Order: sequence, then C-alpha cells, then structure tokens
Amino acid sequence: MFPFLTVLVVLPAIGAGVLWALPASARSRVREIALSITVVEFILAAVMFVQFDRDTAGAFQFAETYSWIAQIGTSWALGINGLGLAMVLLAVILTPLAILAGWREDTDIKKRTNYLALILLTQAFMVGIFVARDVFLFYVFFEAMLIPLYFLIGMFGGLQRRYAAVKFLIFSLVGGLVMLVGVIALYFQGPGGAQGFLTDNLTNIDFSTTAERLIFLSFFLAFAIKAPMFPLHTWLPDVAETARVGTTALLVAVLDKIGTFGMLTLCLVLFPEASRWAAPVIIVFAVISVLYGALLAIGQENMLRLVSFTSISHFGIMVLGIFAFQQTSIEGAALYMFNHGLSTGALFFVVGFLIVRRGSANIHDFGGLQKVVPVLAGTFLIIGMSALALPGLSPFVSEIMVLIGAWSTVPVAVVFATLGVVLAALYILLMYQRVFTGPTPKGLKKTRELSLRERLVAWPLIGLMLILGFFPALAINYLREPAQDIVSIVSVQEAGE
Amino acid sequence: MTFVTPTIEWAPLVPILIVLGAAAAGVLIEAVFRNAETRRLVQFLFSLAALLAAAGVAAIQWATLEGAGTTVMQDMITVDRQALLWQIIILVFGLLGVMLFASRTSGGESSFTELGATVPGSLDETIARRKGFQLTEVFPLAMFAVGGMMLFTSVTDFIFLFVALEVFSLPLYILVALSRRRRLLSHEASLKYFLLGAFSSAFYLFGAALLYGATGHSSYEGVAQSIESAAAVDPLVLTGAVMVLAGLLFKLGAVPFHSWTPDAYQGAPTPVTAFMAAATKAAAAAALLRIVYTTFYTLEWELSWMIWAVAVATMVVGTIVALVQTDMKRMLAYSSIAHAGFILVAFGGFSADALSSVPFYLLTYGIATLGAFAVILQVRERTSGGTVGGEATRLGQWAGLGKRSPFLAGAMALFLLSFAGIPLTGGFIGKFVAFSAAIDGGAWPLVLIAVIASAASVFFYVRVIVLMFFTDVPEGAEDSIHIDYSPLARAVVALAAILVLILGIVPGAVLDLANDAAVLLIGVAG
Repeated sequence: MFPFLTVLVVLPAIGAGVLWALPASARSRVREIALSITVVEFILAAVMFVQFDRDTAGAFQFAETYSWIAQIGTSWALGINGLGLAMVLLAVILTPLAILAGWREDTDIKKRTNYLALILLTQAFMVGIFVARDVFLFYVFFEAMLIPLYFLIGMFGGLQRRYAAVKFLIFSLVGGLVMLVGVIALYFQGPGGAQGFLTDNLTNIDFSTTAERLIFLSFFLAFAIKAPMFPLHTWLPDVAETARVGTTALLVAVLDKIGTFGMLTLCLVLFPEASRWAAPVIIVFAVISVLYGALLAIGQENMLRLVSFTSISHFGIMVLGIFAFQQTSIEGAALYMFNHGLSTGALFFVVGFLIVRRGSANIHDFGGLQKVVPVLAGTFLIIGMSALALPGLSPFVSEIMVLIGAWSTVPVAVVFATLGVVLAALYILLMYQRVFTGPTPKGLKKTRELSLRERLVAWPLIGLMLILGFFPALAINYLREPAQDIVSIVSVQEAGE
Repeated sequence: MTFVTPTIEWAPLVPILIVLGAAAAGVLIEAVFRNAETRRLVQFLFSLAALLAAAGVAAIQWATLEGAGTTVMQDMITVDRQALLWQIIILVFGLLGVMLFASRTSGGESSFTELGATVPGSLDETIARRKGFQLTEVFPLAMFAVGGMMLFTSVTDFIFLFVALEVFSLPLYILVALSRRRRLLSHEASLKYFLLGAFSSAFYLFGAALLYGATGHSSYEGVAQSIESAAAVDPLVLTGAVMVLAGLLFKLGAVPFHSWTPDAYQGAPTPVTAFMAAATKAAAAAALLRIVYTTFYTLEWELSWMIWAVAVATMVVGTIVALVQTDMKRMLAYSSIAHAGFILVAFGGFSADALSSVPFYLLTYGIATLGAFAVILQVRERTSGGTVGGEATRLGQWAGLGKRSPFLAGAMALFLLSFAGIPLTGGFIGKFVAFSAAIDGGAWPLVLIAVIASAASVFFYVRVIVLMFFTDVPEGAEDSIHIDYSPLARAVVALAAILVLILGIVPGAVLDLANDAAVLLIGVAG
C-alpha cells in the first residue's frame, strides 16, 4: 500500500530542503515551487480522504509501523482516524492558502525563500503530530516544531517580533519539557520494551492514582499552553500582533489545535481516571477562558489581537466540550476544531488584506470601507458571522453541539459559556461597524478591491463553511466513531469505580 | 620478607599504552626535528595516527572481549565494556581536539604562544615571534592528558585513580597557560586551575586515605565488600566517600566545586578549552560512575542527599549565572556547569540505567562542545587597520553572523539547540536517556527541576541564535569581524554537526553500544 502518511510528513520537509538548496537563479520562482509542493500535499491528502474508510473511522487507518529507536522504545508509527484526518485536511487546506495570502509580502528573495521553507517545515511537523501513533514521536514533532515557528515569528513580522518569539518559545518549552517528564514516566508505567511508546500499548495501564494524576497534569499543562487557556494564554496575542498574518493564521487555526487534539487523543484516552478527577477545575478554567477572551476581544483596538482573543474564547468552548465527556459534546468539540480552523484562518487572512491596504492593524485607522470595497466588506462580514456562530455557517453547528452536549453534565458552565457566545456578536459586529461603516477617511477613498488572488484565498474557505454549515453530517460522520471510542474509555471506567 | 613481582597482562592495556607511548615519543620528536614547520606536521600526524590506532585497538578489544571483561594488575585496572566505551569516547574527543590544536588561521597563526617560557610583553617574546618559533609540545601534552583520562576511566583502585588523575591534570594545567593572546589572563587561569585542582586532589587523597584506614582496602571492590559486610555505616567510610566524591565533582565542574571553570575556560587557548570541556568532563563522569556503582552503591541512602543537593545547586547556579554572561566562552563555561548538573541527575536515582545513559549524554555533549568551540575559533576580530586579531568572544560581536557565514552560524545554532535539548539533535536523546535513568530510579522531583532548568537554559542559547540570525550587523562594524577559514577547524565543525544530527535522528546503534557497556565487571550490574 502507498505509505500516504509518511509521504505527507516527509514531502514538505524535503520541499523545505529543496527551497534552501535552490540555486540563486531559480529562486525567483520560489513562491511557485513552494505553492506547488503544498498543492501536491493537498492532492495527496485528498486522495487519502477518498480512500479513507468512513465506516471504521474510529480505527487507525493507513497505519505504518517501523522500528525507529527500539532502544528507548519508540517507533515510527503513523496512523490516522477520523479526527486525525480532519486535522490533517485542515493543515493541508490552510498552508497553500497562507502562502497565497502572503504572496506579495517579500521583495527580498532570500528572505522569501527562508519564510516559505520555514512554512513548509512547520507543515511537515504539524502533519506529523496529527498522524503520530507513538507518544515519543508525537513529542519529537511537538518540540521540533518550535524551531521553525520560533524563526517564523522572530525573523519576519513587526517591531516586537523578537520579544514575541522568545515569549512564545519560553511558554512552549516550559510546557513541553514538563511534558517530557510525563512522557518518560509514562514509559516506565507502561509495558516498556521496543514498542513501549506505541499509543495502543499505553492504553489501559494500571496506574497508581498519584502517578496517573501527575502524568496527566504534565501532559495537560503542555496542551493548555498550546490551546491557549486562561491563564496560560498571554503569549498568543503578542505573537498574533507581531508575526506575519500567514504565520498567525497557521498558528491559531492549525497548530493551537494540537492542544485540544492532545487532550482528546492522549489525556482522555491514556488517563481517563485523572481526566475525570481534573475535569471540574478544567471546566472552570475553560469557562473563564470563554468569557475572558470575549471580554478582552471587545476592548482591543488592534484587529490581530482582537481575533486572537476571540480564539482564546473559542478554545474555551472546545475544552468545555472535551471535558464534559459526552458523546455530543466531544463530537462537537472535534468538529469545532475543524470549523474554527476554517473560520479563524479566514478571519486572519481577511484582516491581513485590510492591513496591507492601510498599513495598520488599528481599528481606528479604518472606517466606511463598505462603500469603497463592497466585496471585501461582504467577505469580511460572512467570515465574521462564522466567528460569531451564525446559523448556516459551520461553526454554529459545532458550538451548539458542544453546548447541548455539555448541558447534561455541567449546566452552569454552559450558561456562562453561552454568555460568551453572545459577547461574540458584540466584538465581531463592533469591529465590522468601525471598519466598514460610517464616514470614509480621506486616505481610504482609493482602497483597492479584493484581488483575484485574495478571493482565491478567502472564498474557498467560505464555501467550505457554507457546505458544512448546511450539511454538517458530512464531517460528523468522520468524527462520530473516534468520539465514541474516547467517550467509551472515559465512561466505561467510570462505571467500574 | 619477600616481594613478589606483579605479573601484568599487557594486552588489555594496549590502547592506553599506545597513547602514553606516543606521548613519550612525542617528547623525543621535539628533540629530533629542528625545523618548526616539519616538527609541527610530524607531531600532528603522529598524534593523529596514535589516537586512531588506539581507537582501532579499543574497538577490536570491544569486539573480542571475553565474558564481561578482565582485570589487570591485581584488580587495579578493569577493562570491561564500560571502560572500553569511555576510552573510545575520550579518543574521539582527543581526535577532534588534536585537530583543533593543529588548526591555524588563514594568516598561519596557531592558538598557542610561540614560546611558553617568555615573559608576556617582553623582548624575548618578540624575538620568539620574529624567529617563527612554534610551540609543538602541546601535542605530547595533549596525548598525556588523553592517556591519563583513558586510564582514569578504567582504574578500579583508589590510589591508582589518584595517579591517573594527576597524569591527565598536570598536562592540562600547562596547556591552559599557553594561550597566544591575552597571555596574562591565560597564566592567571592556569594558576587558578592548578591551585584549585591541587586543593581538590588533596580532598580526594584524604578521602581515599580515610577509606583505606577504615576498611584496610584500596581497591573499589575491597572497600565495597567491607562496607557491605559492616553492620553499620562507619562514619570514617562516609566521610571518606564524601571527600572522594568532592574531589571528582571538582573535575566534573559541579557546584560548589565549579569556580575554576569560567576562568579556565575563558583564559585557556580555545582548542584547549574545547578539549578540556569535553574530555575532562567525560573522564570525571566515568570515574564517578564506576566508583558510585562499584563501591558506594550500598550507601545510596547516605549519599543520595549529597548527589541531589549538588545536582540541584549545579543546575540552578549554572543556568542562572549563564543567563547574564556577555562572553561566549564564559557562557559556555556556565552552560557546561549546568550540564554537569544534568549528568548528576542521571545518578540521582541510583538506577543501573545511568551506566548507559551517562556515556551517551557525555558523547552528545562533548561533540557539540568541541563543535561550538571550533566555531568560536573561527570568528575573529579585525582591527581598523585590517589585521586579524584574536577571537571575538563578546556576545555583541556575533550579531549578524548568519549573514557573514551561514555555515558557521548554522552549525553553531545546531550545537546550541543540542545543548538545549531540542528534538532531532543528539542533546535531546542524551537528556532523554539521562532523565529516563533518573525517573526509573524514582528521582522524578530532580528531573522536574532539571527540565525547568533546561527551559531556562534555552533562553541564553537562543539569545545567541537571535543575535546570529535576527540581528543585523551593527552600522559601521561591517569590517570588525573576520571569518577565518581554517580547513581543520572547519572539518571539526562539519564532523561535529554531522555527529550531532546522527546522534539525534538515528541514535540506535550508539545506544546499543551504550547498553552493552552498562555492565561492570565488578559492581552492581556485574
């Protein structure tokens, strides 16, 4: 069988190497080369998607297992279930769009090459994370990814970029290294041996309560930093404000999902008892994230910061869904991970288009654009509506599923979280109002309308959100079984207590 | 009273004898070849050949070792896989080190003074320079140090260990003093290193004497047996053990025995720093490992507090002080202290896994260290007149290095990431196995402190990367840095970079070797 997953992981990494190795004469075409690599990657993923057997979406498919460093119990074990598939698709859809969105960003060819190569490298690592079936391999991708990201933030972007890059790195490393202690401890708790890190071999370990809780916490901390949860979220707005829009879009739309992905596929599955033990506290923090993110979003003047705070709020909803341990809520959270990626990715891209036109991300520098650039305004409005979960657009379905699903276990939390959903309307509409309505400032009278390239970036995402908004079953069919498996692990043991 | 001549089985000692013999022959070469250029070349090639031959023999011994190994001279020396692995590691460091010793700038300038005996700044010094003197004794000195270190890793007798300690320390004291530039600083560094070294030797010797007094044995095994058979722990034994460990921790550069490190690292000629940082640490860790796992294993309860306290202090002090350094060599010195702490973490659980993880850790650390100092060797100051000066070790001078030399800056970034323990570099696997050993032994609180220290240490490693890649060359300072091209130093950088990547991505084969070496002929796992 064709080793889809290995190719998906390795192809962008090789692509990055190719870009760096290109002779100077060929570098003028570096954007086209990078874009075609990501398109090939997308096509490969699409072929895999078609071949994916939906009836056994809960099982790992396209599995590959090779011995890697048997001495420490790790193997190159890849595999994909419905949830991983959704995440990989998100990654391969958004990466080419991010490259397209930043098409004109660099004039310096060397800089452009570095940027694109780093983006490709990031893609390789993030696909790797979503398909790893070995905890050590997962960890290696998880940490190695920091290097290209660190350079993406620190080398390209605004004035505060170095500060933001270091902040990002420190936050991620503290989380990652504490997780390393957990990873090692997990190995010793498990069966050990040459495949001791294989996820399959690590489920159903007979932990002592303390060991399970401590290891759970070490994993959860790392994931809570990635899926920025209050109070570990402070790196995100700083990074979003200074990094390039393409980087930020990938970071928030795809990479931060690693946090929630890890919670779903590692925390809940490997440490069911500890997950239940910690759930009440986590849900409280999730609700705080929802409200805090929403409230702070309202107060932001910088559009990039604003969008990043909305994401903190949305991540709170996902975590709420995950730790409510209900079939519907977990399905909803998984679906939301995909839909939020589309919606936030698109939102960052459109904000990026606005910034290019005005040279500023400050809301007060805009106004009355609706009359000048109606298409841009309309695009922005639809994408904004998806962020506030308007029915008909896909995030709505997932948000509702989380809230309904969680109601049976944590009704109070749902009430507060719903408040956050209401606030979402406020921050999105206020932003729209200030940027697109009212009198048009002089400098904006000749603003360019959305170009063909920009439409190619934004509209496919809108299309996807509309399709999944009206036919959510298309996606849910892939997520139901993985969610069922997770719920059965978390709740079966509950009955046994 | 009759004395029996000891019978010595020479065969297991061949690698050590080759190196020590080559060192002695090197002294003769000094007398035979009068022409400085020829002498230098002969010394270099001869040392290289001897090291390679020794490594070859050690490898053959590894492959043909019968059983767990063999002892020589009434158990004074043990040649088992653990010893052979360490010997090979030290030979690898020696090879890379000697290449750096021989490297010269494109202007033909070596790192060593022309004539060590001249007073700095004196007329003699000028004459020595004008006459084109070259100090080639550094090669035999380095060979003595390598031979002593190899012996140090294989000795299983407290008195003999002291001999080996001095055999490798004395040449290092001299080597530290031989810098070409800033000679007074180099002399000062050497004196400090010598005085503190003598102090720690005394500590060690006193400890060994106490152990002998309390147990009547000087061999590791003899002391171990009397500790084991004693009904209660003899306070004399405990005091002796603590003092012996203190003497060895000095060589490892652990807090509070670390104060020589920054000065010696900064003042010494960079090739010596590179060699010393990698090989001394390896030798010290090897001896510590053998003593702890042969003799003091039964004292886990009494001694683990000391290892824990020293490990925590070492990691914390090394990391925090490194944060504020503004000189590359000093920063790497403090980072080496932090690494000594990480090495001790592996000991913390008294798990037998340390016997395989510590050698692996030292291998990754040593190679990255040699590579990093080889980079430092090639980043040089240039005066406004255009003459090339000494190494540019101020951090600020590294700004924009990525533009000046992508190769050197890229390799340096790789070494720093390896120090920091980022995946896909050797340093990560090293940390992973070291921490695994500690967690296996139940020392997870120690590991937790270690990972937090690791996270903090990333800050100063990354600061250098930021300087090299994100910062522009300061205005008007475009010509102030000269990127030197020395084939030997470049080769060391390239080799080290390749090894760091191999150890990070496909470490399986080396881990296998390390696991095979986790058996002591005499001791816990034996």
